[in-house]
Amino acid sequence: MEVAFFAAIGLIAILSSATMIVVRKPVHSALLLVVTLFCVAVLYLSLAGEFLAAVQVFVYAGAVMVLFLFVITLLNPSGEDPLAGSRRIAIVAVVAAGALLAVVVAGLTAGAVALGIPNYPPPPITWGDNIQAIGRSLFTDYLFLFEATSLLLLIALVGASALAKGQLGRMGRR
Amino acid sequence: MVASLDYYLILSAILFTLGVIGFLVRRNPLVMFMCIELMVNAASLAFVAFARYLSLIEGQVLVFFFMVIAAAEVVVGLAIIVTIFRSRTSINVDELNTLRG
Repeated sequence: MEVAFFAAIGLIAILSSATMIVVRKPVHSALLLVVTLFCVAVLYLSLAGEFLAAVQVFVYAGAVMVLFLFVITLLNPSGEDPLAGSRRIAIVAVVAAGALLAVVVAGLTAGAVALGIPNYPPPPITWGDNIQAIGRSLFTDYLFLFEATSLLLLIALVGASALAKGQLGRMGRR
Repeated sequence: MVASLDYYLILSAILFTLGVIGFLVRRNPLVMFMCIELMVNAASLAFVAFARYLSLIEGQVLVFFFMVIAAAEVVVGLAIIVTIFRSRTSINVDELNTLRG
């Protein structure tokens, strides 16, 4: 049952992200990425990450993808042949990525074995309520990181509005 | 409903590899950016899987930070892409080989 559920969700995620790479129109790519992000959110739920699953849907599938769709509609880029560059480069990229896949799978599984992490079944959850545990960790152990994140968001906000207004270009010419 | 740890790690590696392939093959900066998002999500999935199997909440907290950083990165990256698109008509990254405005 668990394996069938995981296989279904994982297959949808792989198929939609593979299709995302090969479709011509950026809008279709964006919508297929939303499907993949939803699948990842479902997998977070299966891994007892209820808060992350909700944030994944709100922030990624919601805010970030809406931003992507806004930019796509604003710029209206025409469709592009996915292999417009060079077929030889594409073949080399796929071969290199296959080698990367082998290395990453071997590294992750060997790392899990070396660290003595159980493969199945997982240990019982010790953190109690998911949102409470994340909040406690966020506001005690990671408080400085949390505050630094707010500064990062402020910098991104200022930088994005400066870039969008073209202020940087005008300042450079002055 | 949790599956075996290996399955999550293999799925994460496959999604990451698909993101790498898309980034290398596609020439549209918007689609390349989506592939970067896919890679971040694949890494996050491995983090959450390890967090569950080690029963440590820190893995989930770090993925929360990943999401914040990815959001900031998308905002700045898309602003740069919009600025580039405004100054020239091409959408092919191979033709964006000069830094002069």
